[in-house]
Amino acid sequence: MTAVETRTPAPDAPAEPSGLRRGLPRIIAVVVLVVLAAAPLFLAPFATTTLTRIVVFALFAVSLDLLVGVTGLPSLGHAAYFGAGAYAAGWVSINVTAEAPVPLLVGAATGAVAAALTGWITVRTGGVFFLMLTLAIGETVQQLANTWEDATGGANGLTGVPSVRIGGEPLVNAGLLYWYVLAVGVLGFVLVWLVARSPWGAALRGIRDNEPRMRAVGYPTAVYKYAVFVLAGSVAGVAGSLLAAQQRLVTPADLSFLTSSFALLAVVIGGAGSLWGACLGAAVVVLVRETLGASLDGHGPLVLGLVFVLVVYLLPRGAAGLRRPRREPGRSP
Amino acid sequence: MLVSVLNGFAIGFLLFILAVGLSLVFGMMDVLNLAHGALFLGGAYLGAAFAGSWGGFLAALAVAAVAGLALGGLLSLMTEPLRNRSHLDQALLTLGVAFVAAEGLIIVFGDDPLSVPAPPGLDGSVTVLGATYPTYRLVLIGVGAVLALVVHVVVERTRIGALVRATVADREMVAALGVDNRLVKVVVFGVGSLLATTAGVLGGPIYGARPGLDATVLILALVVVVIGGLGSVRGALLGALIIGQVDTLGRLLLPELASFVLFAALALVLVLRPQGILGGVGARAR
Repeated sequence: MTAVETRTPAPDAPAEPSGLRRGLPRIIAVVVLVVLAAAPLFLAPFATTTLTRIVVFALFAVSLDLLVGVTGLPSLGHAAYFGAGAYAAGWVSINVTAEAPVPLLVGAATGAVAAALTGWITVRTGGVFFLMLTLAIGETVQQLANTWEDATGGANGLTGVPSVRIGGEPLVNAGLLYWYVLAVGVLGFVLVWLVARSPWGAALRGIRDNEPRMRAVGYPTAVYKYAVFVLAGSVAGVAGSLLAAQQRLVTPADLSFLTSSFALLAVVIGGAGSLWGACLGAAVVVLVRETLGASLDGHGPLVLGLVFVLVVYLLPRGAAGLRRPRREPGRSP
Repeated sequence: MLVSVLNGFAIGFLLFILAVGLSLVFGMMDVLNLAHGALFLGGAYLGAAFAGSWGGFLAALAVAAVAGLALGGLLSLMTEPLRNRSHLDQALLTLGVAFVAAEGLIIVFGDDPLSVPAPPGLDGSVTVLGATYPTYRLVLIGVGAVLALVVHVVVERTRIGALVRATVADREMVAALGVDNRLVKVVVFGVGSLLATTAGVLGGPIYGARPGLDATVLILALVVVVIGGLGSVRGALLGALIIGQVDTLGRLLLPELASFVLFAALALVLVLRPQGILGGVGARAR
């Protein structure tokens, strides 16, 4: 079985795993990491905070890319798991402890549990039904966050989240917080990247390109999709716990449809399926939202809506992994 | 209890008017129009802008109808270059349009919620079997039922309707018979959007007009078409009436968990009958 798995290349697996083995991309990756790690030393605190936001959002976008780009499951409600992780991490920080790994683990577990509870129904569907269902789930979870005031603070959000502590020392300094977020973000990215280049990842790309054939070859495609859905939810939950640590506040807007669509936009701008692209896309989205949103009097979605329209027309290859028409199992339901 | 059932019918018929356009556009043309909620919101704001008199209400309806028809046609043309691309691309395009439209409405009308009074004479309440009930909602049930009947007759009993149903079932075959698909698409998209903006005006006195309403009604409409079956008029009606009842009953009995009741209904239908209650061969999941 393993021999078959490793020898089953997806018909057009993106080049990133093999490409990375050839020197240059590896050097670029190291340089980018060094620059990112050194950034707080030469950036102003405000810029460091923006960079922290970018890293948080990039990890969230990467978890979505695992679904959208690698597996071909276009989710419009992924912020539900991001927000669930953020609320859980925030709640634990307030009521139990803010000591470093605890909020992270709680965020990851909550994201995974939320994805496990909802995933069993979403992965039964595909294509446009998946879009609709994830959208409906996202909206449902947001309404829960709005109404369950005892745990979430309702529309005002969960306020007064304490700083993350490492060894009893709170990370109040923007640079220290950034390093914490960056370390977790890089770990999360590496995890997703390893999954995407593993035999499991190859099988997921096979499911994206031709699910009936993968099923015919003997892959339990539903189990694979369910597992990746839970994993993506868990990584999104980790990103959510970073969000809670960075913002010190969690609001229903963090798990809204708007947040989901911004993440999807980041994935599409970067080119679905290439995890690096999702990070770049996340940087673009956060920068547009922070710089233009303020000058447009809070009408950032206006610009992002226009960007959506332009990307769809002008960058069709951005969504290369999804354009492949997927064959239908058959006419009869 | 009676009030809740009546509310369910009022919201159900409103949802039907909204959802039938979404369902037909998807069933026929494979385009998931996520700007449908924004069209509804546009109608609601129009209703708010003209509210206060019968003349204003009717003018809002007329303007909404014309604007809906035009915007639907425009959306249809915008999605045309994407006809061979994935659902995600089309969804992203209409999502982008929805953002732009919703923000545009906020810029014009401000982001405070607006309440929309019912037209004079309908803003009171009447006694139904011993319970007082807002007159406007009763009238809405009647108007909704008539509209549902009209849509049903047009789609099921006329030549144009036959063409629409044929396109839902097999687009390529209809094209092979010499019918210009693009024209059918523009018309169906236009009429579907007209119904959405009209529903917005009609729903104004119930929902008001506020930012975020577009997403709320879009979700409800999506749930309706998934439950009823994509591309089916009767499915949309059945789904809308079920969701109307489930939603109002849920809000009455379990106000904190109302949205979960909705999701539970959706999950139940998808587990038992993935193609929707009345979804046929032509409306299967793609």
